[in-house]
Amino acid sequence: MARRAVVLAALLLASPAAASPRTSAVIGMSVEPTGLDPTVAAPVAIGQVTWQNVYQGLVRLDRRGAVQPQLATGWTVSPDGLAYTFSLRTGVRFHDGEVFDAASAKFTLDRARGPASTNPQKQFFSVIDAVEAPDPATLVVRLKQPSANLLYWLGWPASVMLAPNSADADRTDPVGTGPFKVARWVKGDRVELVRDPGYWDAAHAPALEAATFRFVGDAQAQATALRAGGLDAVPELSAPELFADFKADPRFEAVAGDTELKVVAGMNGAKPPFDDVRVRRALMMAVDRRALVDAVSSGFGTPIGSHYAPDDPGFLDLTGALPYDPAKARALLAEASHPDGLSFAIRVPQMGYATRSAEILQAMFADVGVTMTILPTEFPAAWIADVFKKHDFDMTIVAHAEPLDIAIYARPDYYFGFRNSAFDAAVAAAERAPDPAARNAAYGTAQRILAADVPALYLYAIPKLGVWTAGLRGLWTDEPIPSNDLTEVRWDE
Amino acid sequence: MAALLLRRFAGLVVTLLLTSAAIFAALDVLPGDPAAVMLGTAARPDTLAALRAEMGLDRPAPLRYAAWLGGAVTGHLGTSTTYGVPVAGLVADRLAVTLPLALVALALAVGAALPLGVAAAARRGGALDAAAAVFAQGTTAVPGFWIGLLLVLLFAVRLGWMPAGGFPGWAGGATPALRALLLPAIALALPQAGVLTRVARGAMLDALGEDFIRTARAKGLRPRTVLWRHALRNALPAILTVLGLQLSFLVAGAVLVETVFALPGLGRLAVQAFAQRDAVVVQDVVLLLAAFVILVNFAVDLAGLALDPRQRDAA
Repeated sequence: MARRAVVLAALLLASPAAASPRTSAVIGMSVEPTGLDPTVAAPVAIGQVTWQNVYQGLVRLDRRGAVQPQLATGWTVSPDGLAYTFSLRTGVRFHDGEVFDAASAKFTLDRARGPASTNPQKQFFSVIDAVEAPDPATLVVRLKQPSANLLYWLGWPASVMLAPNSADADRTDPVGTGPFKVARWVKGDRVELVRDPGYWDAAHAPALEAATFRFVGDAQAQATALRAGGLDAVPELSAPELFADFKADPRFEAVAGDTELKVVAGMNGAKPPFDDVRVRRALMMAVDRRALVDAVSSGFGTPIGSHYAPDDPGFLDLTGALPYDPAKARALLAEASHPDGLSFAIRVPQMGYATRSAEILQAMFADVGVTMTILPTEFPAAWIADVFKKHDFDMTIVAHAEPLDIAIYARPDYYFGFRNSAFDAAVAAAERAPDPAARNAAYGTAQRILAADVPALYLYAIPKLGVWTAGLRGLWTDEPIPSNDLTEVRWDE
Repeated sequence: MAALLLRRFAGLVVTLLLTSAAIFAALDVLPGDPAAVMLGTAARPDTLAALRAEMGLDRPAPLRYAAWLGGAVTGHLGTSTTYGVPVAGLVADRLAVTLPLALVALALAVGAALPLGVAAAARRGGALDAAAAVFAQGTTAVPGFWIGLLLVLLFAVRLGWMPAGGFPGWAGGATPALRALLLPAIALALPQAGVLTRVARGAMLDALGEDFIRTARAKGLRPRTVLWRHALRNALPAILTVLGLQLSFLVAGAVLVETVFALPGLGRLAVQAFAQRDAVVVQDVVLLLAAFVILVNFAVDLAGLALDPRQRDAA
């Protein structure tokens, strides 16, 4: 009798949960954003909380990285490629009730490219010559030169649409047009989102009524919180060695996808010995990329042959350009008048992938007679100051997070100290290309030049190791742009 | 007494001034620019200049220090450069985690260590003394964050009795908040309890060897009265001194345990602010911690005076 009562009680307690699916989710992230406006600061964590959830753009990138209409329903491009005319959605309101129209879009773009702009991707907007709002539903963007990537860039977190009245406060009190509003930001712990009942696109309102981003820096703590139920998902588990356990556990879904994060060991090409391309090629041929990925990332991750991620448009697998060949590496070093090898130092940020990769590289270089000293360098502050600004380094290793950022090698002041006019021409051609095919061909040329000249050692693309409780659906498995789009996330019935 | 208070207050002011100047100078000399940290590697020079102006970083360092000091003296802790919100609120939120955590940990440590240390001293060489020695050795040898990991694995993952980390805040009531603090408090308390057990045992043994204890015993007082009333009272100043140091450590040095339990405490705020080169926050937090340590030491001294008339005369 007593047992039956217990069973009955358990059924009564359990039934509400079984009858209606859960409508909230707790998402774990490693890094807390330092503000909630992706248009004024660079940390990817800002976009990972707010992009698509709180803010939307004229266009958006979908889970495959393709450009889709969002606040603009469509656009036409003038034959010379210098004028984009966007048709804007009507009836869209920001969370505070302010109307979204061509004037707010013009305000956003002018703010991002203006003299006081602190937009981290201001270079995107520098091709814009003028922005016009002939009527509330039409926006005309005039360019100084054609730009094949304009629409793609307008889909980034740094290009989201803001409202003139609230933009200045967005850093702490975000106001966007997205389906979620920020209910609370408990600094150091979590950001709570709630579904906006007034969301303009009621037909596509998200299934989740509320979502919480919790910031758990330690990978072990992320794993235990998942197991104990404190987190429903960790879209990017920071410890690959813990991933296999989740893959084997039926209570969890564990999916390894692609990211745009390219781990590259940049060399200071402005000074010896790295100004000699033979030395750079020798070091590249001393690296067994597959073995490195196995050791550093438990085998998850894709070896790369240039500064280009597998999901980027026109990707070429160039890992065969300078394949692993220690004998050839030694011969090249001898040819470059380093028959007895050479010694240099690598500046290594504290992130796990970087320290582990540096240790593997050290061992692989030792095989060809190269002595590499590891110098820990605090990231980002000291790294930006010493490596990025002062160029005070021999070699360094860091993951470049921005998608499609191959053009950094054309920047004369960039830390690799790489100068190659054929490369500069290829990148310029890609950016001015009239159509995707021409753009991809130009990017192909650029990739080949990097794979042959190796201003940096191209190692691997970091995998997106997503882990979530079984029954949670709709999270992105790949990451064409750093993000956590929750608009299609729901629990199984 | 008034002279002592005055001396202490002057010491407090001088220490805080020196600490803040040292921190400011160190942050200024260290490589790293908060504006560059915020804008990342794609930033153009004009964007960086605009942000530096917005953050007030384009002013010379002495001016920035003077502005911060002027604010601190008048009770304005300034605005965090990274979060863009007043530091006072940030710090208050973190103190609401760190202070209760430290106090619970201290209570646990005292609750375990004092009886154990006293009992071990009372039966020196006995089984309990040996057990206390093992406890003290074991808990001081094992780092708190590792104990924390084990506690999480057992009580949160395996048994599901406790949350695995995070802090729900006090708004939802004291019970969930205290539940979130219990495991980290144990992880923090155990190493402290080990130290405290040893100190309590040593101080008690010293006190028990004194002449007045022989007198008290000769008077025919019960052993328990001799132990707890006479010996412990004389051992307390030594124990209190260590307790003061431990409280300071628990407030300022809990960052590893905070990380394991993903608690938004003051230690993590300081580490995070340092990584972002958020000088205002680092300055304020360090200053607050320095003031706290000094005040705790002062309170310990006062307690010593209250307990020991001999010190009163010396002062």
